[in-house]
This record gives sequence, structure tokens and C-alpha cells, in this order.
Amino acid sequence: MKFVENVKPDVTTDIVYMMCPMHLLKLEEQMRELEQGQILEIMTDYDGALEDIPDWCEKTGNEFLGMEDSGDFFKFYIRKRAR
Amino acid sequence: MKKCYFDHVATNPLHPEVLEAMMPYLKEEFGNPLSVYEYGMRAKSAIETAREKVAGLVNAKSAEIIFTASGAEANNFALRGIALARQNEGKHVLVSKMEHHSVLNSARFLEKSGFAVTYLPVDRNGFVDPDTVKKSITNETVLISVTHASSEVGTIEPLKEIVRVAKERNIIVHTDAVATTGNIPVDVKDLGVDLLSMAAHQFYGPKGAAALYVRQGLRIVPLIYGGIQESGRRAGTENVPAIVGMGRAAELAKAELQKRIDYLRPLRDKVIDTMSGVERVYLTGDRVNRLPAHASFCVEYIEGEAMLLLLAAKGVFSASGSACSSKALKASPVLLSMGIPSSLAQGSIVFSLGMGNAPEDIDYLLTEFPAVIKRLREISPYAQGWGEREEGGECTVKE
Repeated sequence: MKFVENVKPDVTTDIVYMMCPMHLLKLEEQMRELEQGQILEIMTDYDGALEDIPDWCEKTGNEFLGMEDSGDFFKFYIRKRAR
Repeated sequence: MKKCYFDHVATNPLHPEVLEAMMPYLKEEFGNPLSVYEYGMRAKSAIETAREKVAGLVNAKSAEIIFTASGAEANNFALRGIALARQNEGKHVLVSKMEHHSVLNSARFLEKSGFAVTYLPVDRNGFVDPDTVKKSITNETVLISVTHASSEVGTIEPLKEIVRVAKERNIIVHTDAVATTGNIPVDVKDLGVDLLSMAAHQFYGPKGAAALYVRQGLRIVPLIYGGIQESGRRAGTENVPAIVGMGRAAELAKAELQKRIDYLRPLRDKVIDTMSGVERVYLTGDRVNRLPAHASFCVEYIEGEAMLLLLAAKGVFSASGSACSSKALKASPVLLSMGIPSSLAQGSIVFSLGMGNAPEDIDYLLTEFPAVIKRLREISPYAQGWGEREEGGECTVKE
């Protein structure tokens, strides 16, 4: 797992306490709204996201920049790439 | 026999247009909103349309409305969901003594889970003093819950002032607006609350559909775990017909709100003014800041349930104290918290009017109710008075 700090996202989505699979549904929904090259920050407390989000990025061709552990929840950073 | 229903805080009859809106979703439109084919898509669309209408009733955004099955569920969700979400910031919650059992018992659950809870006192009219709220806040306080209005005594709380006090310390405020939403103007932006509970069957919608307004950006721990319904915040296959009904009821309530208030208030006033002239019958709750269709009394020397049953035998249907207390044959904790002596609190009766009540129904009530009081007092063992007065003194009529 890649850990990052001080990433400046273009869009942030907070889904802390929302249940699985919202971490993927919201991710997909938000990424559709982004321009190529923009960075999405997604905040979730769901442990399954540690595996699911990097996997999703690999499958969809988007760049997984890394994550930050904020204590009670995780922050994941994804850059939108052209397919 | 003439039948007059005066228990609208218990529930309301369905508005005919609400039933009409619901019917397709009870018959051919039976789809699960999560299904990916046409049945599901139409059900989903119906729910989202209803969500917009409910949001419109309280000046919220659609995304801020989470549907629940009842006002009690919305209250449980608010209390537990926010307290648990904020517990790293503090473990102190304030609730008023006027709250519905679903708020009070949720608070007691939080106490057992390690939270400190302060139960805010109320005055003789059921008002929570914003200054008392201010003095009760500590560095650990994470949530304040005060009802918008009491369904037992009709008092409308000074919620805006309470929110102002809470916001000086950046504390989240929830209000149980089940008795007010759809009955008086309720605007979440104007009130400034962060969460608000409402229920369809309080404004001529169906039972089984209610909602919690959650201000955008506020984190809340789900009450019910499972699938992704309500954006992952409240699992469970949606009660589509009831939600559709709630949406239509909300639309009608918004359009007809002032008309309803203007119709009901004079009828309520007639009940209050007439009954205040009957010996030892006392209005409970504030005379001025009260729900427009609500008239509640304590009647000395006789017991509430006896009044209810004799009135019901005459086709007049009402309530005594809170539903929860009356079933358990306990004096209402709300009345006791207002300082009403327990003996007097046992004589509580609540008339809550609705759009189906005609002026002649009020006249009928005002004929039968005094007659029932007279009859019960004749056989009351306390006909000559209580004897030794309990602590707390008499409940006096407010001028």
C-alpha cells in the first residue's frame, strides 16, 4: 500500500459510516464527474476499501495515488486517467 | 352514533389524494427500487420524486432526507447515529424532559453505553429555557435534542434560541418535529437544526413512512445495517407505497398549510375557552405558543382512562397523556416534569383536531365532555377533594 501526504484533491467525497459497497458506488459516481487529470479524495472508515479501491483503479485504468490514515477513517486519492 | 375523531397526534386518516397516489405501488408497480430493470427503475424514480417533495416541505435538499419507517426510528437514528459518530470529541448529550420515549430511551441506551446525559428541566408550561441549555453545555457535549413541540401538551419550544445557544459552542442539534412537520411552518434553514425527525401519518400520510433530515456533510452512524438503500445510511427494501404517500402528503401539506391552520385554530380555541370555564379543569401547555389543533387538559378528581372510555362510548375519540404511559397506566412523565402533581396528571386528556372535524363536531364534544366529567365526579371517591395535597401544589389555569 502506498502512503501519501499533503495531496491536494480537486474533489472530496465523505462517505464515513456509509456501508459497503458505497465506497465503490460513490467512487464510480464521483469519478464520472471529474475531468481527466483531476484528483478525487474519498474518505471512508470501511476496511474493505483498502483492497477494493486500488483494485478498482487497476480494473478501470485510473491511477491510485495512495492513501492517508487519518485515525478514525482512511483517505484515498485517485487521479482520473483517459481510458 | 355520531363519531368524532380527536386524536390526530396518535395518527391521521389518509388524505384521499394520498391514497390515490399510493395505489399503483400497492398493485402493479411492485418493483424493488434496487432492481435494474423497468419495475425497479420506476419504483426508484417514485421514491426520489417523493424525497424531493418531502425535502420541499422543510426547505431541505433531497440528499438530506433519509427515509425511515417511523418517527421513533428517526429519533433513534439521530441520537445513536450522532452520539456514536462524535464520541471521540465528547460523550455528553442533552435531551429535554419533554421528549418522546423514543428520544428518552435512546438517551438511556447511550447512558448505558458510557455517555453522560443531562435531562433538561422544563417549566410549568413545558418550555425548555435556552439559558438552562447554555448552562448545561460542557466541553464534552456533542448533541442536544429538544422536541419542536410536545404532542402531549402542545407547547412549541423556543428552538431557534436553543439552536443559537448550541451553535455558540458548535454543538449539533436534533429536533423531534413529528408533531409539527406538516402542521405548522417548519424550515430547517430558519430553525438552524442539524437533524429533524418527521412522520407522514402526522400530516394525512400513511403509517410506515417517516424521515430524518440530516444536514449535508454531517456524518452519522447507521442504525440499520445491510444494503445500500438511502445512500448506505439506512438499509432495507424501501416501503415504496408508503414513501410515495408521504411525498404526496408533504406536497399537499405545503400547499394547504396556512388554510389548515386558519381552519383548525378557531376550533381549538373554542374547546380551550369553553373548557377553561369548567370547574377544576386546567389547560396544560402554553396557551399562546401551542400547536394550532391541540387542546390538552388535566381534570381534577377523575382519571384519564375513565374519561376516554366514556367519551368513546359517545363516539368521541381522544387520548390521555402519552400513548406509552396510558398503556402502562403510569402518570405521564411529561406532565410530571412540568411540575403537575401525579394525582392531577392521572386526569389528563388530549384532544387533537384535524381537517375532518366539522364545527358541529366541536359542539358535540363540548356537550359530551362536561357531561362525562360531571358523571365521573359524581362517583369519584375524591368528589369532596383530595384531602392532603401532594407536594407541587395545584395546577392553575393560565390567563
